[in-house]
Amino acid sequence: MELFANLAHGFAVAFSPMNLLMCLIGALVGTLVGVLPGIGTIATVAMLLPITFGLPPVGALIMLAGIYYGAQYGGSTTSILVNIPGEATSVVTALDGFQMAKQGRAGPALAIAAIGSFFAGCVATVLIAVLGAPLTKLALAFGPAEYFSLMVLGLIFAVVLAKGSVLKAIAMIVFGLLLSMVGSDIETGASRMAFNIPELADGLGFATVAMGVFGFAEIIRNLDAGSEMNRDLVQQKITGLMPTRKDIADSTPAILRGTVLGSILGILPGGGAVIASFAAYTLEKKLAKNPSRFGRGAIEGVAAPESANNAAAQTSFIPLLTLGIPPNAVMALMVGAMTIHGIVPGPQVMQKQPDLVWGMIASMWIGNLMLIIINLPLVGIWVRLLRVPYRLMFPSIVIFCSIGIYSVNNAPVDVILAGVFGLVGYWLIKHDFEPAPLLLGMVLGPLMEENLRRALLISRGDWSVFISRPLSAVLLAIAGGLLLLAVLPALRAKRDEVFVESES
Amino acid sequence: MMSVRSLAGACLATVASLCVVAAPVSAQNYPTRTITMIVPFAAGGPTDVISRIVTANMAQTLGQSIVIENVVGAGGTTATTRAARAANDGYTLITGHMGTHAASVPLYPKLAYHPEKDFEPVALLAGTPILILARKDFPPKDLKEFVAYVKANAEKVNAAHAGVGSVSHASCELLNSILDVKPVGVPFNGTGPAMNALVAGQVDYMCDQIVNAVPQINAGTIKAYAIATPERNPSLPDVPTTAEAGLPAYQAQAWNAIFAPKGTPPSVIATLSAAATKALDDEAVRKRLLELGSVIPAPANRTPEALATLVRSEIAKWTPVLKPAT
Repeated sequence: MELFANLAHGFAVAFSPMNLLMCLIGALVGTLVGVLPGIGTIATVAMLLPITFGLPPVGALIMLAGIYYGAQYGGSTTSILVNIPGEATSVVTALDGFQMAKQGRAGPALAIAAIGSFFAGCVATVLIAVLGAPLTKLALAFGPAEYFSLMVLGLIFAVVLAKGSVLKAIAMIVFGLLLSMVGSDIETGASRMAFNIPELADGLGFATVAMGVFGFAEIIRNLDAGSEMNRDLVQQKITGLMPTRKDIADSTPAILRGTVLGSILGILPGGGAVIASFAAYTLEKKLAKNPSRFGRGAIEGVAAPESANNAAAQTSFIPLLTLGIPPNAVMALMVGAMTIHGIVPGPQVMQKQPDLVWGMIASMWIGNLMLIIINLPLVGIWVRLLRVPYRLMFPSIVIFCSIGIYSVNNAPVDVILAGVFGLVGYWLIKHDFEPAPLLLGMVLGPLMEENLRRALLISRGDWSVFISRPLSAVLLAIAGGLLLLAVLPALRAKRDEVFVESES
Repeated sequence: MMSVRSLAGACLATVASLCVVAAPVSAQNYPTRTITMIVPFAAGGPTDVISRIVTANMAQTLGQSIVIENVVGAGGTTATTRAARAANDGYTLITGHMGTHAASVPLYPKLAYHPEKDFEPVALLAGTPILILARKDFPPKDLKEFVAYVKANAEKVNAAHAGVGSVSHASCELLNSILDVKPVGVPFNGTGPAMNALVAGQVDYMCDQIVNAVPQINAGTIKAYAIATPERNPSLPDVPTTAEAGLPAYQAQAWNAIFAPKGTPPSVIATLSAAATKALDDEAVRKRLLELGSVIPAPANRTPEALATLVRSEIAKWTPVLKPAT
């Protein structure tokens, strides 16, 4: 009963003309930010934070929240159209999304991403309202040992999602882990592999590497002799804009599973949303009757991760609203926004600021509705963009990417580094190494290392903590099982090859 | 409404200043254009919030807008290096703090600037006091018991901090050196995750700035033993000072102050210093700063001379504490 009263209060707050406008602005800006490659949500929220000082606190936070989840909608657009993931959470979307675009099915891919996001957003909003407080326990149950095991599981996902050689996928993960070690050592502050370049003291940025190995490398490859033909083919092949009935039927279970996974993993501070998108993709690939379709334009490969990352984006508000502790960098900025308005979030924020909390929860649902209304008609416009001749398209992509990368830290070095990674990425593509596991390794690497060291510091070097803590043990067991599943077919395939050869 | 009026005020002030001094000499009619204030930390953090509150008022006094530029990285030293190399015309300033202008000296042996040699002190703004915090079921009941417990169980206790070079790291090292203990320091990536671990009971104690801790203490999810300032704080009236609780040697606060690049004209420094001290006397500014749990320095402690003394004494204070840590 109390819940309905609270929600009614929330909707009353959110439906005020001012807050509706704030929600719409947030959703629009978020979509734009998501679409522009490189310009991430953290940078945008940081840039827009000062603008919110003049606004009432509830409106300001509704707008900032809108930017955050709006970017999850927009983030898939460049992944699908031009193979450039704007956010860590949309890396996997690029795998099948871009393949669909190449087959002339960019429309259905974009539409299903928006529909999946909408469904996941609605479910996750209800979840925050109903189960927010009990779910908080999950965030507190995860100590360093559990995080480490979760990260191990995450890296196994990366092996599973590779469509080619398992060995090459592992090589890419290790390369990603190595790249993630650039920067300052968390325990001693000592500089590692930074070569006395001050800009490397905090490590390589995700956007820098992602733009390089995905965006720039893809452009170089397209400019290769012969690829121009392919591009033109893509432009002629564009068929329907909306998903067919079969697409919807294929995607529905994927959206449902992605939503569940995303909702759970989103509550965990740190890399929750990233792991959620990878986990959702892996799950779909494992459950599929014909896993070989994945990486070649399977619509479930777009629907599942997009639902998962949007669900996770919403549920990541739970620790902020119930504990007052920000689970990620964007949430930390939201805390900053609240602080500036004289609201210091804490465990009692739900009781003390019902307007803010319930207004924000209600606005999330309204925002999701606005986003789907904004995004579905945009599909047609985005797809038409693909008809732009490539000689005009690629310089614009390069410029947008460069501006985006520069805007993250206002550092010219980042743009140069992205160029270097473009060359590295081109070499990798030419030798059939996939960049997605590399990026996952890079994102999860620091979390894994830090939590390993924290867990061992607290246990005084006793490795058994990873199996003596039940949650951690379960996660490691799942990781072991998945690895076995991934390696077995490879071993079997080898044996088959041997047989084939001996027969001939 | 408020902002429109203040904007109008700023415009009027601009017009007025242009009328009064229409001379071409730069330092005389300073400021004639927008001032950039570099904040070496992310938007929304304590240093950023304090800078924004104070500079908004200073901008009205000076008749020019002050734009905040958040430059993050390497514990604030990236931004401070940039500020040290900026033109010394008074149009690029930095809000430095305990970390960038004192603790960085022992922490970063290859620091590209020196807080005393490369900067002109302008004004001390506000500080955020440090609290000694522990998980809610940590056995000691008060600070005396805490000291005895940590000394007796130095092998077993874990102290969390927000990363090497952070305020919570430096202030925890200071506490440990006073207690003469070396507990295991568990590094986290920022205050949020460290606080999460403390609330969850994964670590035993930590030292942190008041802003983040007040709501958790009030909710009873963590406990506070003492506040490391000479006086109790209005936002936590029940938390004793370290002096009251029996550890007077432990005094720490994350102070924030405005600095200008070396060689900025003295008249410019004087103008800025006056504007800053006027801002700190403004009722609205004081109210907002106190809400954050900040400590506002007395007028005599805000001057460039007092700030120079503070920087010197802080470098001397942190150097022996942080040197062995690196």
